[in-house]
Amino acid sequence: MEGFLKAAQASWDALPYILGGLWWTAGLIIGAMLVGFLLGVPLAVAHVYGRPLSRKLVAGYVWLFRGVPILVQLYLFYFGIMAYLSEIPALSFLPLSSGFVSAVIVLGLTSAAYQSQIFRGAMNSLPAGQLKAARALGMSDAVAIRTIVLPQALRLAIPAWSNEYSILLKDSALAFTIGVLEVMARTRAVAATTHQPLPLSLLAGGLFFFLTWAGIKALKRLEATVRIPGYAHQGSL
Amino acid sequence: MDDPVILRVENVVKTIGGQRILDDVSLSVKKGRLKVLIGPSGAGKSTLLACINFLSPPDSGTISLDGVPVNGKSKKELLALRQQVGMIFQDFNLFDHLSTLDNVRVALVKVKGLDKRAATNRAMEELARVGLADKAALYPAQLSGGQKQRVSVARALAMDPKVLLLDEPTSALDPELIGEVLTVIRDLADEGMTMVMATHQISFSASLADEFLFMEKGRIVERGTPTTLLARDSGSRTQSFCAKLSELAGDGHCELAPPSGA
Repeated sequence: MEGFLKAAQASWDALPYILGGLWWTAGLIIGAMLVGFLLGVPLAVAHVYGRPLSRKLVAGYVWLFRGVPILVQLYLFYFGIMAYLSEIPALSFLPLSSGFVSAVIVLGLTSAAYQSQIFRGAMNSLPAGQLKAARALGMSDAVAIRTIVLPQALRLAIPAWSNEYSILLKDSALAFTIGVLEVMARTRAVAATTHQPLPLSLLAGGLFFFLTWAGIKALKRLEATVRIPGYAHQGSL
Repeated sequence: MDDPVILRVENVVKTIGGQRILDDVSLSVKKGRLKVLIGPSGAGKSTLLACINFLSPPDSGTISLDGVPVNGKSKKELLALRQQVGMIFQDFNLFDHLSTLDNVRVALVKVKGLDKRAATNRAMEELARVGLADKAALYPAQLSGGQKQRVSVARALAMDPKVLLLDEPTSALDPELIGEVLTVIRDLADEGMTMVMATHQISFSASLADEFLFMEKGRIVERGTPTTLLARDSGSRTQSFCAKLSELAGDGHCELAPPSGA
């Protein structure tokens, strides 16, 4: 009993330390979603409107990142590519030994593969007449995609995108394996000293739950804000 | 009679999926005239219109605008051609995410490079012309079908097209909404807009068209003035097709509509 109280006290004392991990977790998810978005949109455009070669390249990219576990990617990238690059003196100004940077890149590249498929589906679901009408007005494909296709497709993609957010958020916990001090890493570190992993695991679970809830709530609000007036919800009768 | 030819289509052939959709089609439209394409579904009317602005590039044949043949291989020439050839679609194809005003304005800004104020003024002018200036802030989903089609006419006119292609502009409309769109088309014809229109509104277009082209299986099988082709004793394909349509519609008249304005 005394041992448990001691451990509980130690856990309580460690609370600020664990909560500090929220910043790192938030940084990981925001960075990775952003990388995934900035890369996923052009990948999707190339997949839908590109020439056969670029379609094949995108398809290959998607297969690669969907097929290899994130943990394996983290190891290969951090202990392989980044470790190799960090031995090149000319690149010493880059933060190559930062686990955080490696994790954002790996999670971002993986998310780009998934996000590209979300956007591809959204673009394919638009009526063909939208692009036809844009072309008929003399818009180049680049202008038509930017001003007509993407603004509509990205709106349609928000529900699937918030799903991707919630999945990626929990994948981000794997970053502890390459030394990023996010929520999971700090929880494990404290548990190693208190020998009471249960309350700490509950705490970590609660924190991830909170981040999922807050993110999805925010995206729901975004969806309502950009909703097209008069446009009926698909499938609602 | 000596008006210049604006649009010339020569020997256009188009094959899709091994099937010959257009088989050696030629026509020319003089400035200010309306040509009307008539014929059963699948005759190639829509494909012909889509070939004219290269939305569906012809396999062979020539499209000339203002006497200049269009080089379909040059992207620049294609974009320039499409700016000068307006198109009205059967299902409107308004940009769903843009307000009525932005639907008309977007190409003025993005294609013609007008500044926002000039584009707004021009767009409002065109919306007023089709009687929808008070709907500028609404979105397509908030408009009736007839209003949508009038916005799409305003959108096309804002680009100052040399010729307007209309692909069954009233076929997707409820019967009570057809009239408002036909009125806009009649006004355009009266103002001297050069047009090619595919339609089933035969008696309406007879009063405006200078020539009917009857298409079947990818060919123009009959052409002539509405008066000649629709004469009761003409024995023309156009006449019998028109009679069949009006029989189906139950309105029992397939003849020249009263002169415009009546």
